[in-house]
Order: sequence, then structure tokens, then C-alpha cells
Amino acid sequence: MKNWPLWEVFIRSKNGLEHRHCGSLHASDATMALENARDVYTRRMEGVSIWVVPSAQITASNPENNGETFEPAMDKAYRHPTFYELPDELKHM
Amino acid sequence: MNNNLIQYIYGIADNSLILGQRLGELCGHGPSLETDIAMTNISLDLFGQVRSYFQYAAKLIGGDATEDTIAFLRKEREYKNVLLVEQPNQDFTYSISRQFLFDVYHLLLLSELQNSKDETLSAIAKKSIKEVSYHSRFSSDWIKRLGDGTKESHNRIQTAINDMWIFTDELFHQTDADKAMVAEGIGVDVTLLKASYYKKVSSILEEATLQTPSIEYFQKGGKQGIHSEHMGYILTELQYMQRAYPNMIW
Repeated sequence: MKNWPLWEVFIRSKNGLEHRHCGSLHASDATMALENARDVYTRRMEGVSIWVVPSAQITASNPENNGETFEPAMDKAYRHPTFYELPDELKHM
Repeated sequence: MNNNLIQYIYGIADNSLILGQRLGELCGHGPSLETDIAMTNISLDLFGQVRSYFQYAAKLIGGDATEDTIAFLRKEREYKNVLLVEQPNQDFTYSISRQFLFDVYHLLLLSELQNSKDETLSAIAKKSIKEVSYHSRFSSDWIKRLGDGTKESHNRIQTAINDMWIFTDELFHQTDADKAMVAEGIGVDVTLLKASYYKKVSSILEEATLQTPSIEYFQKGGKQGIHSEHMGYILTELQYMQRAYPNMIW
């Protein structure tokens, strides 16, 4: 079982909400990954839907490049839409 | 007090209790984190079902009886589980074979018990059947994976199935309490489940590229309270807390 690939697990906690990443697990194929996800991550009524994705299929940003990737955004507060007057009727913005 | 009904409840619930205890032994010892949690989830499902059965039995018995006195304070001969569920874990193939051979039976039993004239038993069956459907899917999947896996896994699961096979026939034996409850429309006639059971088991074994054993000799006794040598050890662990600290609760 050491050779089982790693899978990332996404759970939708209730209808209408998005699937959220909740952890990872080992499984030999997608079917087993779904069953394992059910047993490991939904035993306390956490979800109504499960996605599993092979971890190897995820392309991730390189932490070594965090400087050039993320820091340029740090001093550009004007990109946040906080300078608009919102009408009172508008909720959840 | 309807003694036949109480004995009938023990006949169903003790299977779940002892199998649940066997699965509980795997907690922290499963072959992988994922299967470890899956097996102990099944254990907890079974214990949940046992609680419903024993709460009902305690009500029928009356007096000081509680679900705990029934679970923890009976003597070995008073447990009516089949021999299959008390067989030791040995390795994963044995645990999963035992599970598979029990789950197929359990699902057939609960499907019929839903129609019981006894409303409580019918309600417990209806509630439990979703859990047991999953157990059955889980164990069947593993039979197929191991059977149709490597040469090593194929041989080992075949050996485990062969070794467990002699305990399957007992599932379809009737006790006097069973017969009395069938006559009253409360109990399930297990003899009628036998053909569908072996058909279902064989079809999954075939899918798993495994041989259905052709063994003619079967073990029996558990339903009469005559257990294998393993039972004493199971009860020693199961009953330890209530025997050492009587009436303790937490």
C-alpha cells in the first residue's frame, strides 16, 4: 500500500456551496479513493458530495518564486473594491 | 415477558456485537490509515445497531436490565452469535472474507426484517439497511480487488474464503426461538435466504476470479451458545470494564 498514489479530496458541505479541499489520502484507483474519502472525511456528516483528484494532476506554484509571484500585489490596496459606496440594500459583498 | 422474542433479538444482535468487537480490535492496526478507519466505522455502525436491539430487549426483560447488562454481563453460553463472526482477524484477507460472508447475509436478513410485524424490529432494520448496504459494497469491492489483484493477493484471499466457508451454513440454521418468531410473523425465515445468499456470494467470487469452495462439511454451534475457543478471549476483553468496575458509566 506504500505504492498507492496520493489523492486530494474535495467535499461539498451542503448543496449550493462549493467543493472545498479538505485533505488527502492514499488509494489504488479513483473508486477506492472515493470510498476512502467517504470513510475518512465524511464520518461526521461533513458532506453531501465528494470529488477526488490525483495529487499528481495538480500543478502548483513554486514556493521559491513566491517573491515575484505574490509580493507585487502587496502594495496595491486600490485593487480591493473597498473604495465604492455600496447601497444599503446590497448584502454579502 | 416473551422469552422467544428476547432470544430472537440476541440471535440477531449478538452477531453485530461480536463482529463489531472483532473489527474494533483493528483500531490503530489496520493495513493502512484509510482501511483502518473504514473497518472501525463499520464496527461503530454495528455497535449502534446493537444498542437499538439491546435497548428494546432490556425493555422487554424489565427490572434492572439495561443495554449494558445485556452486552457485558451475560455468560458465554448466553451469547447466540454465529461462529463466523467470532473468527480472529489473522490478516486483512481473513477480516475482509469474514466481513463479506457476513454482510451478504446481513443485508438479506435486514431486507426481510423490515417486513416484521414487530414495529421496533422493523424500524431498526429500516434504519440499519443503509449502513449494511455500504458494508456489503465495501467488503465485496475488496474481495474483487484482492481476487483479481496479484497472484499473491489472489491466493491469500482464496485461502481465507476457503477457511471461512465452513461457518457459512450456520447462518441458515433455525433455533427454536427463530421458528416461534417466524410463526408469529415477527422473525425472518432464514432457510429461505440460503439460495439467494450462495448465489450472490458465488457471483461476486466469480467476478473476483475466485473459486466458490465446494466444501460439504460445516461447523455449527454458535446459535445454540456453543462457541469456538476464541469466544472466551473476546468476552474477556469486551466485559473487562464492567467486571472490574461493576456498574461503571462514563
